[in-house]
Amino acid sequence: VTVLIHHCILYKKAEVEETLKRIQGQKGVQGIIIVNAEGIPIKTTLDNSSTVQYAGLIHQLVMKARSTVRDIDPQNDLTFLRVRSKKNEIMIAPDKDYFLIVIQNPSD
Amino acid sequence: MPVVHKTGTVKSKQGSNTQSQKAPAAKTAKAASKKKDEEDGTEMGEGDEWMQGKTLIKPLDQLDLTEAELKEEFTRILTANNPHAPQNIVRYSFKERSYKPISSVDQLAVHFVLEGNLLHQDSDEARRQRAKQGLPEEKATVETAVAEKPETPAAGGEDAGDVEEGGGEERADSVESKVGKKEQKITNQFNFSERASQTLNNPLRERGCQTEPPPRANFSATANQWEIYDVYLEVLQKQEKNKEKAKAVPKKDDDKGKKKMMLVETQSDDITKVAKVAKIIERMVNQNTFDDIAQDFKYFEDASDEYREQEGTLLPLWKFQYDKAKRLSVTALCWNESYKDLFAVGLGSYDFTKQGRGMLVFYSLKNSTFPEYIYPTTSGILCLDIHKHLPYLVAVGFYDGCVAVYNLKEETLQPIYKSTAKSGKHTDPVWQVKWQKDDMDNNHNFFSVSSDGRVVSWTLVKNELVFTDIIKLSLAGAVSEGPEGVQLPIMACGTSFDFHKQIDYLFLVGTEEGKIHKCSKAYSSQFLETYNAHNMAVDAVKWNHFHTKVFISCSSDWTVKIWDHTIKTPMFTFDLNASVGDVAWSPYSSTVFAAVTTDGKVHTFDLSINKYEAICQQPVVAKKKTKLTHIEFNPVYPIIIVGDDRGYVTSLKLSPNLRKKPKEKKGQELPKGPEVEIAKMEKLLSLLREPENSNA
Repeated sequence: VTVLIHHCILYKKAEVEETLKRIQGQKGVQGIIIVNAEGIPIKTTLDNSSTVQYAGLIHQLVMKARSTVRDIDPQNDLTFLRVRSKKNEIMIAPDKDYFLIVIQNPSD
Repeated sequence: MPVVHKTGTVKSKQGSNTQSQKAPAAKTAKAASKKKDEEDGTEMGEGDEWMQGKTLIKPLDQLDLTEAELKEEFTRILTANNPHAPQNIVRYSFKERSYKPISSVDQLAVHFVLEGNLLHQDSDEARRQRAKQGLPEEKATVETAVAEKPETPAAGGEDAGDVEEGGGEERADSVESKVGKKEQKITNQFNFSERASQTLNNPLRERGCQTEPPPRANFSATANQWEIYDVYLEVLQKQEKNKEKAKAVPKKDDDKGKKKMMLVETQSDDITKVAKVAKIIERMVNQNTFDDIAQDFKYFEDASDEYREQEGTLLPLWKFQYDKAKRLSVTALCWNESYKDLFAVGLGSYDFTKQGRGMLVFYSLKNSTFPEYIYPTTSGILCLDIHKHLPYLVAVGFYDGCVAVYNLKEETLQPIYKSTAKSGKHTDPVWQVKWQKDDMDNNHNFFSVSSDGRVVSWTLVKNELVFTDIIKLSLAGAVSEGPEGVQLPIMACGTSFDFHKQIDYLFLVGTEEGKIHKCSKAYSSQFLETYNAHNMAVDAVKWNHFHTKVFISCSSDWTVKIWDHTIKTPMFTFDLNASVGDVAWSPYSSTVFAAVTTDGKVHTFDLSINKYEAICQQPVVAKKKTKLTHIEFNPVYPIIIVGDDRGYVTSLKLSPNLRKKPKEKKGQELPKGPEVEIAKMEKLLSLLREPENSNA
């Protein structure tokens, strides 16, 4: 039984890696960053300095956004956040322990 | 106090009632009035003559007493007690452990205190002071000392006085000598060092103890509403867990298993937990990439339809394709009833020679680049159906005759049920599967039809798939010689079926010979009706969603026919110039249906607008060689999905002309509901029926 579970998790891991690869390959995607709950980036496709900068700033933003949503109704939770700017769009999907940041330029 | 006190008892009886004396108990309350009385009395007593004129002023709050009361005598005693001293001081006695009243209370009243500074001259302090003052003062007060000396022995006597005088003189001398010494001892201001500075001062040493500082940590937190809510939830969950533990008997094996699972989970917690968010992000990115398509899907309405009276168009939206499915053709399409953006695609092959693997793929409109679920299969899929109420149960029919049920909630890629040769699987490809309502035991069940001529009902009982032959399609009349001379009926090959929407037991089966049989679940050997529908195999037969009598059928003989099941001949026949792969009624109108042909076109008909021609004939695939195999209308959105033989699924949006509802009459509300649709269809049919009746 335990072997099967391990196999499933391995398969899941491959699936997630695939998904991330697909996202990276989409039109206009500039980078992906996975940040853990403390704001430390654990996986990234950008350079180090940008990653650290994005992680730090966006972590605060997500905390604030989530706090806002949950303060209004504690049973509610933030699903995703889009920050559209002139040059590109930053998409953030938070989870309980991690959040994923994708920077895309949709008009490319 | 102006009250007159005399030692001893005082008795006084005075005539007028105003001069009465009152009891000491009432003294405090009536002190003012008594004082006044006394004053008046004394004044009266003293100066009777000139005071008589004065009238007595009675104070308003004077106590009114009777004559007898006024004449009452009160004794007054003068004591040495302090009237301010408390009379009932109580002290806690530890010996007796209770409060005890003190027997005697101090009656001393101190009126004035002044601290003096006189010392007796023989006391220690006086001597010390004198000693201090002695040296500097002797010089100035020599005379006074000498003067003092004769004074002191004044009481001693004259003899002593002489000696004393001498002594005083000597003293004076000694004082002088001392003064002289002092004069010698003037310090050298250039080479003088105080004694104190000459000593060696030891370095100061700290003798305190220094301990290790206690470990400190900074802690800060916010108390938001949601944090409080979270904590409460945690506590609730813990409580529930405790309750469950208390109820359940703990098993050691389970615990071990759980421990192992825990270990595995912690190892791989980094990337798998991102799975859900990665999915969301992928959809977001896709939404951006295909932003214009998403906008079209939601909002675009072809404005030019107003000018095109009887025509409509199909706007291509997303195109769904999967790499690994490129060589396969789409053999089945099905929308999910609960999740309106999810649809299933069955992939396989219609070609007899090119049989191989197949795939079951689920797409969501939210992500057109990659499927949501992928299930590879060993044999090509030919049909599938998603359960109406349980969106995770999918029944699939294979080319090799098996049927299987997949549970989307399960992690595995294997079906939860699969029919085997022992359990009554078909011997020929399964062309159609359809879920039915749960049977009396609340088991799920579905039907399948196959080329081996059997319509089989499969019931999901616990872990098994139990089959029941419902009906065997036999070719009417045709009998073949079996072994040992037994006459065996030749089986017809069923290629499609459909169950009536309202009448549960009624269903239609289309066969390879081109006949459509109307059957009942109750009768297993006889058909209720047979229609000679087509010249070639009936590819699809579908009941109308609204009108209970109407069904449609299509075939490779290039025709699409609409029937009333009570009449043996078709009501409408349409020739589409190419082999028709599939036909589908629209869920929003009883007169709209669409058909796909092998020349890559989608034909859309609306019988209420045009009874003879399609209102839209549109090629939807780029390459002309692609054959369209299946079509399905979305139950909610105005889109259709079309599958072709290259493994692509194209989604198209129906233009407004194709979705026309009956016009409302002026002043009346727009009639809603299926009744309208039925009425619409009925109207059309009645036009056709009457001439037929008259002919017949």
